[in-house]
Amino acid sequence: VTFTIAPLLIQDGLTNGLIYALLALAILLVFVVTRVLWVAAGDFVVLGAITCALIQKGEVPGTIYILAALGVISTALSLWRARANLGPVWKRVVLLELLIPLGISALAYIVTPMRPPLAVQLALVVALVTPLGFLVYRVAFRPIADRPVLTLLFVAVAVHYALTGLGLAFFGSEAFRSQPFLPGRIDVGFTRISWQLILVLAASAIMMIAFWMFFGRNLWGKALRATAVNRLGARLVGIRPEAAGDIAFTISALVAAISGVLIGPVTALYYDSGFLIGLKGFIGTVIGGMVSFPLSVLGAVLVGLVESFSAFYASALKEAIVFALLVPFLLWRSAFEPRGQEDDH
Amino acid sequence: MKSRSIKWIWTLAAFGAAFSGPLSAQEIKVGLSGTFTGPNASNGVPYRSAAEIFPTTLAGHPVKWILLDDATDSSIAVRNARRFVDEDKVDVILGSTSTVTAVAMSDVAVEAKTPQIGLSPMAIPPAKLPWVFNLPQPVPIMVSAILDDAKAKGLKTIGYIGYTDGWGDLNWNALNQTAKTAGIEVVSGERYNRTDTSVTSQALKTIAAKPQAVFIGGSGTAAALPHLTLRDQGFTGPIYHTHGTVVKAFIDAGGKAVEGALMPTGPMVAASELADSNPIKKVSLDFIQKFDGKFGKGAASPIAGYAWDAMLLLDAAAGDALKVAKPGTPEFRTAMRDALQSGREVVGTNGVYRYTATDHYGLDERARVLVEVKNGAFRLHK
Repeated sequence: VTFTIAPLLIQDGLTNGLIYALLALAILLVFVVTRVLWVAAGDFVVLGAITCALIQKGEVPGTIYILAALGVISTALSLWRARANLGPVWKRVVLLELLIPLGISALAYIVTPMRPPLAVQLALVVALVTPLGFLVYRVAFRPIADRPVLTLLFVAVAVHYALTGLGLAFFGSEAFRSQPFLPGRIDVGFTRISWQLILVLAASAIMMIAFWMFFGRNLWGKALRATAVNRLGARLVGIRPEAAGDIAFTISALVAAISGVLIGPVTALYYDSGFLIGLKGFIGTVIGGMVSFPLSVLGAVLVGLVESFSAFYASALKEAIVFALLVPFLLWRSAFEPRGQEDDH
Repeated sequence: MKSRSIKWIWTLAAFGAAFSGPLSAQEIKVGLSGTFTGPNASNGVPYRSAAEIFPTTLAGHPVKWILLDDATDSSIAVRNARRFVDEDKVDVILGSTSTVTAVAMSDVAVEAKTPQIGLSPMAIPPAKLPWVFNLPQPVPIMVSAILDDAKAKGLKTIGYIGYTDGWGDLNWNALNQTAKTAGIEVVSGERYNRTDTSVTSQALKTIAAKPQAVFIGGSGTAAALPHLTLRDQGFTGPIYHTHGTVVKAFIDAGGKAVEGALMPTGPMVAASELADSNPIKKVSLDFIQKFDGKFGKGAASPIAGYAWDAMLLLDAAAGDALKVAKPGTPEFRTAMRDALQSGREVVGTNGVYRYTATDHYGLDERARVLVEVKNGAFRLHK
């Protein structure tokens, strides 16, 4: 590694690592609040990226049909589940699970062909993908929220497969790549920094600060933290863990959608690319012990850097090296922080 | 991770079944298994599309095309092959459409003494030679077009960035093999995955080795990433690609930055630019017209053309085989094999095929041209 190459490798590692870090946050948030190992987090990134690429082309993305259909299914299920006592809930259900998703889909259907300005495009992507997280939770996880972690994991894997299949059906087998927002590089003397990195840095910094503010200052954020620490205790003091799950999945989808928008111009994404991206975010959370948000971020950035350097030295073995990162951290965790097989918090 | 396979069974020869009634037992049955879903779906789907415009007869005899999806999964491909020979009792197996799945199927084909035409480049070991045919251009023929061009440009060194998988290996080996004869030195060899979000490291290492040209052993959209990264990092030499990039999605993904990219391909891509004396021109244009007629202008790709060529080969062979035996019998399968390797030239969309008992690749340099991305389209490189 020479003096000119190392800074470029670090930049590359940071650009990817920060996106993994955002995913690590999304995965960890869902895990601590609902105990779901959110395998499908990467699929939401891909949904965000492909939706963005299609909207940029002025094509109505298949996402609107997924959202609308999921809205209808979710509404029907929720109403049926609450059939004994519909009075107090039906208005909320119809608004959140039917009207809002259908409204967003309709809006995207009308606005996309008009080629709106970039800001509107990005808002559309986020508005289309974020409610999907909420709806997936309502349909798949809310009714089984008290089941063991393993059951939840199986359901999460099923959701991942379902999303991949929908991706293939709606987007086809070819990869998508969106137009760069800020192409090129800026010369800073010893190296040239890509605008993409600056963009990713800024976006992830804003989101991480928002996370911190939300959990530290906001009542909902505190409720989420309480649920994460102790579900039963939270329930005793008047927090509904179901609502906490709604919020966790919504935020997770929001973060994934933004990550998708950020990663879209960097690489070509296939309908099934999400899993590997999610997996790297997951390594970040494992490095953080599946509990610590800051450590997860650091872990994910480390994954990005290791990936970049191992691709330089031994490109054929890159994935093996990245996933082998897990081993020392798992050994360390199990050696120095032994814990029982507890299932509840 | 592959999605659970959905099995598509299309009986394209409904015509034959409806008319011939009890005689339908004698129709020719062809089993086509392809990577219609899974990681290699983008290379598999065009075959399925081409199968939709296949004729309902071969050499005037009714034919039943049986299509199965193997989801780019070797074990499913083997299961499909077993179904073809055990349940459907097919006369010929086509597929699969990725190298790994095609090789997996060939064991079953050889065991059942059923001719198989592999629709993805594959190496045929001597033990399998009696029954297995390779349809697409073998990688070395394609790669040699690149080295011919590099030599004509007076280049001395070339670098390589390719997939970590079998496709990357095939191209890497072909490059080393043909570079030696062309007197060009391979100065670097880097690998990446088609799902990678960045190849900056590999590009930097390649540039550090100072090659005059770079060969990217990728395919489709994922081949655009190394190209863009190399250009972004300031590489200005010629960039060659594999014939797996001759799809519109590659240009869509690369945009302006892949202008000037050079790749070998079957002559079909530049069909309208071929000389009128070239027999491939007529066959290619005919196929393009039929395919585009169904799927829209510009839909035809050389990949879909391979499926068409397989049909043309079977059409030519069936004429001979029908004189010898009845479809559905072991004798007919042997007769089909013998007819396929009779040494007759069959003009396809991607080349002129001439299989013999010892050569089951059957293609020569007529089966490739070098094209260039020019104004967002593939043009013959002159």
